[in-house]
Amino acid sequence: MTIPLLSLRGISKSYGQVHANKHIDLDVAAGSIHAILGENGAGKSTLMKLIYGVEQPDEGTIAWHGQSLSLASPAEARRTGIGMVFQHFSLFENLTVVENIRLIVAGRRAELAQRIRTLGNEFGLEVDPLAHVHELSVGERQRVEIIRCLMTDPKLLILDEPTSVLPPQAVGKLFETLRRLRDGGVSILFISHKLEEIQSLCDRATILRAGHVTGHVDPREHDAHDLARMMIGRDMPEAIPALPMAEGEKRLELIGLDYRPDDPFGMPLSTISLTVRSGEILGIAGISGNGQKELAALISGETTLPRDKRDQIFMMGHDVGSLDAASRRKLGFAFVPEDRLGHGAVPEMSLTLNGLLTAHPLRLVRHGLLDSGKATAFAAECIRNYDVRTPGPDAEAGSLSGGNLQKFIVGREIMLAPKLLFLAQPTWGVDVGAASAIRKRLIELRNQGMAILVISEELEELFELSDFIQVLYHGRLSPPLVTRDTHPEEIGRYMIGVQPQREKAPA
Amino acid sequence: MSSSFSAVLPTLVRRERASLTAKLLAPPIALVLTIALNLGLYIAMGRNPAAVIYAMLIEPFVSWASFSEVLLKTGPLLLIAQGLAIGFRTKIFNIGAEGQFILGAIFASAIPIWMPQATGQWIWPAMLLLGTLGGALWASLTAFWRVRLNANEILVSLMLSFVAAQLLNYLLLGPWKDPNGFNFPQSVMFQYDAMVPILFEGTRVNVSFVFALALSIAAWIFMQKSFAGYKLQVGGLAPRAASYAGFKESWAIWLSLIIGGAAAGLAGAAEVAGPLGQLQRSISTGYGYAAIIVAYLGGLNPIGIVISSIVMAALYIGGDNAMVSANLPIAAVRVFQGSLLLIYLIAMAFVRYRIVWRPTSARSTS
Repeated sequence: MTIPLLSLRGISKSYGQVHANKHIDLDVAAGSIHAILGENGAGKSTLMKLIYGVEQPDEGTIAWHGQSLSLASPAEARRTGIGMVFQHFSLFENLTVVENIRLIVAGRRAELAQRIRTLGNEFGLEVDPLAHVHELSVGERQRVEIIRCLMTDPKLLILDEPTSVLPPQAVGKLFETLRRLRDGGVSILFISHKLEEIQSLCDRATILRAGHVTGHVDPREHDAHDLARMMIGRDMPEAIPALPMAEGEKRLELIGLDYRPDDPFGMPLSTISLTVRSGEILGIAGISGNGQKELAALISGETTLPRDKRDQIFMMGHDVGSLDAASRRKLGFAFVPEDRLGHGAVPEMSLTLNGLLTAHPLRLVRHGLLDSGKATAFAAECIRNYDVRTPGPDAEAGSLSGGNLQKFIVGREIMLAPKLLFLAQPTWGVDVGAASAIRKRLIELRNQGMAILVISEELEELFELSDFIQVLYHGRLSPPLVTRDTHPEEIGRYMIGVQPQREKAPA
Repeated sequence: MSSSFSAVLPTLVRRERASLTAKLLAPPIALVLTIALNLGLYIAMGRNPAAVIYAMLIEPFVSWASFSEVLLKTGPLLLIAQGLAIGFRTKIFNIGAEGQFILGAIFASAIPIWMPQATGQWIWPAMLLLGTLGGALWASLTAFWRVRLNANEILVSLMLSFVAAQLLNYLLLGPWKDPNGFNFPQSVMFQYDAMVPILFEGTRVNVSFVFALALSIAAWIFMQKSFAGYKLQVGGLAPRAASYAGFKESWAIWLSLIIGGAAAGLAGAAEVAGPLGQLQRSISTGYGYAAIIVAYLGGLNPIGIVISSIVMAALYIGGDNAMVSANLPIAAVRVFQGSLLLIYLIAMAFVRYRIVWRPTSARSTS
């Protein structure tokens, strides 16, 4: 057998009590696209940080071309020939592409611009070197990140969940680039939890679960079902069918809503119209930063409209535009925000007290005093019913993993038995098993007549859940598309704004 | 392969969890370090350290007479600090307790100054009530500007303290000056019924000390058990979570400032109706600022504040003693207080963070 490019033996890393990686063995061959597959929290990111020199392992050895290697910093990793593209980009938005690259790579501006163009042509990474980064789409920014890595002439390129930010069309183009890079002699470590992507792109896969390696396989020889089982340790729960429903009453209606945020970096919204009826799930697709945050705050009541702007937001038949969050909740509205820590939950407080945050109307407060018995019982029930992994209701919210805290928050809001439930990125960072449990629960609630609005970046999720999909692009919302009559490519065109916007007159 | 050389630099890394032991140990350690630092200072100034230690730290506790003076000082510090701590936990920084304290004293003094002949047991309770109202009103000015114009409450409340001091000057040099007072800037002496009853015979400790202890219990119940206290804490810890749940920020600003102002006003009223017995310029001795230190030293916890206020009061008395017996300058007490807060804040930083000396390459690969 030839010597692998990168070889890990017995790598372990702990953070306090948490064993993020335990005795990991991994070989990456030269000229290979190697997947690291695992749920959120399985230890993928930690492992990549060890390989990229961000952190040092507690135990174990790393070998590079068969030579022992110890990396103290990412700069050293880059000198060795390891590059990494993080999930969250690290580009200065008010600099041009070439200026961003000059921060890391030495050279004259014109010379670098030429190299950017050459690399772009060679690997399908076309981007204008003189464009300012803020003008670029997410896909283009990712290309800049990849080019920046390629400038240092790496032998191994690590990509952390690169497709999570891309519309479907751009995913295909990225894969094309990665294959060309492999053929050019660069090995790629591709981190993902999306099984189809790994099967179409990768020739090796290492599967992690709870910090352990549970398998080294050729993903093309296994079906998605096998891979999922190795990843989550059991079979996927079956999806439940959405029942056909008679058209229900309108629970949420936005009519030609215009909004200009105070924040100069916010996205203005224009003529947003949507309707959510009881027994119906409406999904809002789109890449983050196209107005999701602003729209969510307007619906939740964290942003209120001035009193003179009437008749733009209706909930349960009431004009709620100028009502605050508490008043909207009294009408039967519940909300799961995108950020858990500090928004959906107070990290320093116990789960019991975090339950109280929105569930206090369930008689958890008596005569102005907290009923700690009932509040604890509420939190305990939420923990039990929604499979929250935690020592108990006294645990601080900040000590839970992101996915577990999300389960708690989703559970808390569902336990309020709302008429209208609004979730932003409901399964972000939640492991596959729990995510599908949440989706299943949402469909059950829909079948029981709840009106549900979901904002999500994950198209698969919206296709599984929604009756209708609307796409948010640049502060504008597409007309509603019936989910079973549309397909990801059509949604994708709306996501990047190439679909001619069919203007819909406000009702 | 060996790694390249680079500098070893200390960085602060947040601890996963601050240990309770460290939290509890930080205030006493800060106190000991402050004492050591200040003793060093006194030695450098050529004072006899043993005499200073005895005067500052031992003497306040050796006799009931001197300890009762400690309790007398504890009263206002405890009242003000309990009120302020509620605001600080809401992250509403009322720095103007000194002004609210002065307004409390002025409001309370109005009764005996305007009605010097009045008698009856209603007078002192009415004065305390009026003082509480005065402090709350003064603080509500700050709340108003913060809510209406988003004016920073730290600056507004602090500057209103200077306004309050000038208001006191105006009253004592003008309309409220004692006509028989040889032109001293002070009011008439109050009648007997305007004085808060003495708690322990033979001392100056009065019933307001009981109020301070009662308020401490009330503060504990308010923060631990009440929904209003819970909402304030959510606002302080995670403002976005508060607005998500629909807890109004303006309500939290009004409530926490009014609580702080009312407590400081009560303390001011108890001072003129207690040990002073008249309105005079010297009522403003910095209790309002010292109480900020007391609140933080007590960990913003009602029980901790009871302890820290006794410590701070003892330091006041001890400082006074040391000025006389060990010939320390008056600024020495201020320096002591200031260095205590600074060292405490540093200690708390180490409770939450630890220093990591980033090594270049820790282990050898074999």
